[in-house]
Amino acid sequence: MMEEVQDVTSALSVHGHNIKVTDVLKDGDTLTFVIVSQKVSGTGEYHVDRTYDDVEWLQQHLFSQEDVPGLHGVIFPPVPAKPQVNVTAKGMKQLGFLGLGEWQPYCKALETFLRQVASHDLLKKNKAVEIFLTSSDPPGRQRVKKNIFNWLSQAMDEMRKEGHKDVDEFFQAQRDQNLVMTGCTKNATERFLEVVLTEQKIAVACGHFSAALHLCVEAGEDPVKQAFSRICVKLSEVLESMKKNMMSVAENNVNTLGLGLDLESRYQEAEKEMLFRRTCKLVELETARRSAEKAKPVKKAAMEEVKKAAESEFDHISRVAKQEIAQFESERVQMLQQALVGWCEQQLLTAKESADQFDRYLQAFRGMA
Amino acid sequence: MQTASLEQLEEEEAKDSFDVDVAVTNPEKVGDGMNAYVAYKVSTRTSLSMFSNKTFSVRRRFSDFLGLYEKLSVKQSHHGCIIPPPPEKSVVGMTKVKVGMDDPSSVEFVERRRAALERYIQRVVSHPLLLQDSDVREFLEKEDLPRAVSTQTLSGAGFLKMINRASDAVNKMTIKMNESDTWFEDKFQEVENEEQQLRKLHAMVDSLVNHRKELCGNTAVFAKSMAMLGNSEDNTALSRALSQLAEVEDKLEHLHQEQAASDFFIFSELLADYIRLLASVRGCFDQRMRAWQRWQEAQSSLQKKREVEAKLLWANKPDKLQQAKEEITEWESRVTQYERDFDKIGMTVRKEVLRFEKEKAKEFKSQIIKYLEAMLQSQQRLIKIWEAFLPEAKAIA
Repeated sequence: MMEEVQDVTSALSVHGHNIKVTDVLKDGDTLTFVIVSQKVSGTGEYHVDRTYDDVEWLQQHLFSQEDVPGLHGVIFPPVPAKPQVNVTAKGMKQLGFLGLGEWQPYCKALETFLRQVASHDLLKKNKAVEIFLTSSDPPGRQRVKKNIFNWLSQAMDEMRKEGHKDVDEFFQAQRDQNLVMTGCTKNATERFLEVVLTEQKIAVACGHFSAALHLCVEAGEDPVKQAFSRICVKLSEVLESMKKNMMSVAENNVNTLGLGLDLESRYQEAEKEMLFRRTCKLVELETARRSAEKAKPVKKAAMEEVKKAAESEFDHISRVAKQEIAQFESERVQMLQQALVGWCEQQLLTAKESADQFDRYLQAFRGMA
Repeated sequence: MQTASLEQLEEEEAKDSFDVDVAVTNPEKVGDGMNAYVAYKVSTRTSLSMFSNKTFSVRRRFSDFLGLYEKLSVKQSHHGCIIPPPPEKSVVGMTKVKVGMDDPSSVEFVERRRAALERYIQRVVSHPLLLQDSDVREFLEKEDLPRAVSTQTLSGAGFLKMINRASDAVNKMTIKMNESDTWFEDKFQEVENEEQQLRKLHAMVDSLVNHRKELCGNTAVFAKSMAMLGNSEDNTALSRALSQLAEVEDKLEHLHQEQAASDFFIFSELLADYIRLLASVRGCFDQRMRAWQRWQEAQSSLQKKREVEAKLLWANKPDKLQQAKEEITEWESRVTQYERDFDKIGMTVRKEVLRFEKEKAKEFKSQIIKYLEAMLQSQQRLIKIWEAFLPEAKAIA
């Protein structure tokens, strides 16, 4: 079990685009994911067990990679929120779509995260990715939990920096657009979740109605009574079929548009964090420039060094950021298109199946004595 | 003493045919303020010769329908007829309508009432015995009907409470009936059980209707959020698709509205009607009990008169004896009459219940078919919506 990573970068020995989260196992309060990746050279797969602790370990190592200039300009693939086995109301709100359906959507989201990390030119070279995907020992179970996310969290002080005017028109426009998009997308995602939850309630109500109809069935030879009983039984079948249909509609919603909106929402947040890191660097740079100007001769040289370092870092970040933004823009459009097409196709199929069902039941009732 | 066999009753049932079709349409607000009311057009189409025309229509208000029920109840229920119950009064609903008929909840209320009145009057004219009643014909044909005033019993307490109160009175009878034929006891129990089951079903359907309405609301809000997202989106093709998505959701909202309406107007109201109809059925069983009671009380009076006669014979008072003999004759004929009445009402109740059960199966079946047709249509519209959106979604890349 490795706590420290010796060689920081090397080539990844597995393909990134077809990593699969094949299974999820519940053990008390912990969820364990089974992750399968394909070897690059030859045939063969790696099967590993990972928990959320391992995922957090991976994230830490990605954020703290030291030899990549402009690393802070990377839009880090967003990781899903921590899954809770006994989900609280607050937990449900945080997880949103990912908390539904026996963790299947969550597995998909985790899979997407791993694929993105393993395909990212700057991130995949991090040895932590190799260890996470291939090592038989889980890397994150007994690490000392360090709170390394301080620089991500925004203290009150930092909030002022968010509005700091940019020196670059392109980036100012990006920040403005991102602000609007994060709000809109988050809102749309939450509203869509409400729709899905109500669909599930309707399915349950249909189920109850179906069950209750069975209670109206009476034994006996009276032909009129038998006729009524047959009607109740058939109607009960109709309601059961409606329940299944509604469940399919809800599932389709979750698996396509739901996951799509969820990913888009988290990605917009990830872009927001990157832009904020760059803005903080800008503030740092401007402070360094002012300090260098005002510095007394004895400190001037040191201040100049600081200023030069800040300038260099800022340039790196901006360069990486521009590439990342271009990549992000094209990927998100593609991802949303796939989500919308998949959503439409699945709902169309379900609607056709449902129409067939109704037609069959209609014939059955019309043919009833 | 049930002389007619069940087969004979069924034969008679099959021969009953009728040809009257009544529609209740065009609700219109009449007057202003708190004295305003809604008038409905009641249109009849018939080939029966007892009516002066083949098609005709009149305007009636809600209290006219209640008045009809009152009259039928007084005249027919002691025969053992199952009188179809009128729709419930609603002070809250009507007050909203008096204020204004345009807001959605008023529109829904008026439509609900119109449909209920139509089902009510159609059930009345479908009943072969009730159709013969002059009050029914007057209701359908007469231009101006005197304003019904005695509808108090149907206010506040409502129809069900009225029936239940009457039932309690019957149950408090001191002399319990010994049924030679268990049909009545068994049937009564069945009716009570069925009423309970329908209540459960009604609660389930109401729950379903509420969730569908919730879905409408959620879908509308989601549609708006997608429209906003589409507007903010920089990528033109994606922006267009997202705006189309918002329109799709708007269309889905309309579909959900219609489905909620189907659930409600077809199922919920059907179940509510039958819960009340079953109470009417209980009512006619109670009427039979009353007829029996009357017969028993007459027998008991006759017995007393005979005792008086015996005493007079013993006491040797010839002048009073004549009167006593006359009273005995009178009561003997009453006893015979009441026994005949009791047998007759028993037969009518059996016939009515048979008819009711057939109608019930028929009506449930036809309503379910209506529901399935609506659902099928809904799904077909849904298919068209998705088929139209698919090329839009594909056009993004």
